[in-house]
Amino acid sequence: MKILRFFLIVIIFYTSSVLKADELDKRNNITKNLRCLVCQGQSIYDSDSEFANSLKILVDRKIDEGLTDAEIYEYFKNKYGEWILYDPKLNKNTYILWFMPLLIFLLGGAIIFKKLKKKHN
Amino acid sequence: MKNKILTFSVIIIFGIIFIIFYKGLEDSKIYTPDVNTKKEIPVFNTKEFFSGENVKSLSIFEFDKFYLLNIWSSWCVPCRQEHPLLMNLNLQNKLNIIGMNYKDNLKNAENFLKELGNPYKEIFIDLDGTIAIEWGAYGVPESFLIYNNEIIKKYIGPLNQELVNEINLLIK
Repeated sequence: MKILRFFLIVIIFYTSSVLKADELDKRNNITKNLRCLVCQGQSIYDSDSEFANSLKILVDRKIDEGLTDAEIYEYFKNKYGEWILYDPKLNKNTYILWFMPLLIFLLGGAIIFKKLKKKHN
Repeated sequence: MKNKILTFSVIIIFGIIFIIFYKGLEDSKIYTPDVNTKKEIPVFNTKEFFSGENVKSLSIFEFDKFYLLNIWSSWCVPCRQEHPLLMNLNLQNKLNIIGMNYKDNLKNAENFLKELGNPYKEIFIDLDGTIAIEWGAYGVPESFLIYNNEIIKKYIGPLNQELVNEINLLIK
C-alpha cells in the first residue's frame, strides 16, 4: 500500500512538472513574438524593462486562464496595435511585404528560364 | 523585341522598388502610438491606495463625467514635473482626476503626495504593472482622458501647459 502511494505521488509530481515545462515553452514562444515597445530592437522575452516584466506576468496569467496563443496575440494587438507582433499579418498595409519577394523570385526565375532556353536552342 | 520588353520590365520594377523605398524614407522610424482611438476602458479589480480595500473599476468611472486617469509613481521624475499642473487641473470641478500608482513603494508614494499635494479624487494601486498594460500604457507618466467609459485621448509622457489647455478645451 505504501509503495502504491509512493508511486502515485511520484507520478503526480512528474506529470505536473511536465505540464509546467509545456507552459514555460508556450510562454517563451509567445514572449519572443511580442515586441518590447519601449526598448529598441528587443522582444519581450529579451527585455528586462518594467514594461516587459509586466507584460510577461500578464502572458502567464492569460496562459493560466487557458487562452490559446492566437487569442493572447489578439489580446495584445487590441491593446497596442499590430506593431507589438513580430510576425505581421497579411493586410492592406503589409501585402507588398508579403508578395514582393515572391514577385522578384518569379521574375528572376523567368529570366533564368529564358536564358537557358536560348542556350538550348 | 523580346529584349526590349525585358529591359522595360526591369526598369519598371526598379522604379517601383525605388518609389517604395523612397516613401519609406519619409516614414518616421520611431514608433508612434495611436493616441486618438476611442476605446472602451478596461474592467479590472484593484486595491484602493489609502485603505487597501478592494475596488472594482466599474465603481470608479461613472457615465457623463470627465475623468483624467493619471499613471504616476514616486520614483518617476517627470511625474514630479507634471504634478503642479494636475493640482491646477483639480481646481476645476469639471474634471475628476484618478490616480494609478504604478509599481511603487506605498510609503514613498504617500510622502510624495504629502510633499506635493494630492490632486486625485481616488487612487488605486497597480503593484505589478499589469493594470497599466490592460490600459495599453507604456510607462509612467501617462494620462487618459475618459468620457462615458471611453478613452477620448491618451497623453504619453508628462503633461505640459499646452496639453492642459487642450484638455480644458476638450472638456468644455
